[in-house]
Amino acid sequence: MAVEILKEKYRSQVREVVLGATSAEGGTRSHTIKVGGEAALPFLHFEGETPNRPVVAMEVWDIVPEDWPASLKAYFEDVYHDPAAWAKKCVEVYGADLIALRFKSADPDIKDSSAEDCIATLKKVLAAVGVPLIVYGCGKADKDNTIMGPLAEAAEGENLLLGVAEAENYKAVASAAMAYKHSIIAQSPIDINIAKQLNILISEMSTPLLDRIVIDPTIAALGYGLEYSYSIMERARFGALNGDRMLAMPMIGNVGNEVWVKKEASISAEEQPGWGDQAERSMAWEATTAMALLQAGMDILVMRHPRAVELIKEAIDDLMQDNSY
Amino acid sequence: MIIIGERINGMFRDIANAIRERNPGPVQEWARKQEAMGAGYLDLNVGPAVADRVSAMKWLVEVTQEVTKLPLCLDSTDYDAIEAGLEVCKNPAMINSVPAVQEKMDRVFAMAAKYGAEVIGLAMNEAGIPKDAESRVALAMELVANCDAHGIPLDKLYIDPLALPANVGQAHGPEVFETLRQIKLLSDPPPKTTVGLSNISQGTKNRELLNRTFAVMAMACGLDSAICDACDEELVAAIATARILLNMDIYCDSYVDVFKNQNK
Repeated sequence: MAVEILKEKYRSQVREVVLGATSAEGGTRSHTIKVGGEAALPFLHFEGETPNRPVVAMEVWDIVPEDWPASLKAYFEDVYHDPAAWAKKCVEVYGADLIALRFKSADPDIKDSSAEDCIATLKKVLAAVGVPLIVYGCGKADKDNTIMGPLAEAAEGENLLLGVAEAENYKAVASAAMAYKHSIIAQSPIDINIAKQLNILISEMSTPLLDRIVIDPTIAALGYGLEYSYSIMERARFGALNGDRMLAMPMIGNVGNEVWVKKEASISAEEQPGWGDQAERSMAWEATTAMALLQAGMDILVMRHPRAVELIKEAIDDLMQDNSY
Repeated sequence: MIIIGERINGMFRDIANAIRERNPGPVQEWARKQEAMGAGYLDLNVGPAVADRVSAMKWLVEVTQEVTKLPLCLDSTDYDAIEAGLEVCKNPAMINSVPAVQEKMDRVFAMAAKYGAEVIGLAMNEAGIPKDAESRVALAMELVANCDAHGIPLDKLYIDPLALPANVGQAHGPEVFETLRQIKLLSDPPPKTTVGLSNISQGTKNRELLNRTFAVMAMACGLDSAICDACDEELVAAIATARILLNMDIYCDSYVDVFKNQNK
């Protein structure tokens, strides 16, 4: 008797979001990148299509990242004084699919850079690489609200992925995305109800923005609550596949940002002999965190360590192999 | 729970006039309105007064699908009229309805198989509507067996346990709820369920309150859909809320709006 294979049937699929714009589309990128579109749980190709592979963005700061461990900084020593050269190295040497440019210098407690300073850097990075860009502020909402509009205007038509809109502060970024044709990161604090509500609030400003939202569900590093992120992402994805259009967006995670501030990433083997070599351990910490998130449905992984990036890109190659039957 | 919008029905004077004059305006307006309120299907009923039900049903289908992609629920006791409607439906439709009467089931399930349509099966037969849950379930089983015999997946069958007006058939209430629970045990996958919701409040004074209270109680017993007034704001809000409490939708502060806007 023939065995009937049980396959889960889903009603719906994740929206597709395009990042970047070529000259034909009003930008200057050499190519665009599509994310999302999944019609099944991650990599279950036998149940539904995964039309676009997950992508890896590498982080570039507009200041020297003093607090990164030396073992990580070593990979960027020749370029981290120059964001354009740094971005170029990430793309050309380390194979980054995208660049996530973080305007750390705008932080009032660091350098309090003006919007004009940030625009100059953004233009240099846009000129240095052809890949689509993700743009983050310094993380302090009051300041970020003053630079995001001008940055969006200066790069009108580039279809940047602008971060971040939050439930308490989404109007400035959403308006900038709307006015100058960019996409937007909607960030919620490991809370699926807020993630959904934020998407509704953004769509009330502009319905077409619904197809330009990427959800940042807020992720945690391995050992710091990764399980919570995982289950939130899984629930959102089940919702999307079962027809919840307000959660049917691709997802992005700030892997490097979470992992590299944890003590496991920086404490030396002399201090903690049981933990093993710091350089190897910290890289593995980032790769392992990213790997788990990939399995939960992450579409864009923002990472730092070139070797971790390489491992994850290899894993994506394997996971994207067709296993349908 | 899926809302099957009841408003395009020749029992309403504006629709009866529209059908008689072949004026698509009111039909299309109600189609748009019900869709905007979150209806998942639109019921089409030519009403009792129409001379030629076959051509009237065909016309209703054609003008309705000019303005909506929602699946249609063809509502008539005249199976020739339903077949005429099925022939012109662009999307798979639903047949409303067939009782557990053999020659009617033979005709309707064959027609459903041919057109890929879903079917509403009524838990009644020549003897009328049963008094208790047990007899309703027995008729439901006859519907399941006949549906299966025509090779139609059982989740395309919607069984209506038949709710009676609260003021005349009060004793039927608990029997209907019990029937809804038991129908889900009949097969795997189980058939779906539906009710003519407005029936529960016929001839009463608190129609909307009775309708929405019955709706959420029935949903807790597994009710999948109802033919009802999609433009009753409170009813739609109550259904959206019950879906949240039953963990069918993910909560967010604007969940009622999300439910209403699901077709957009």
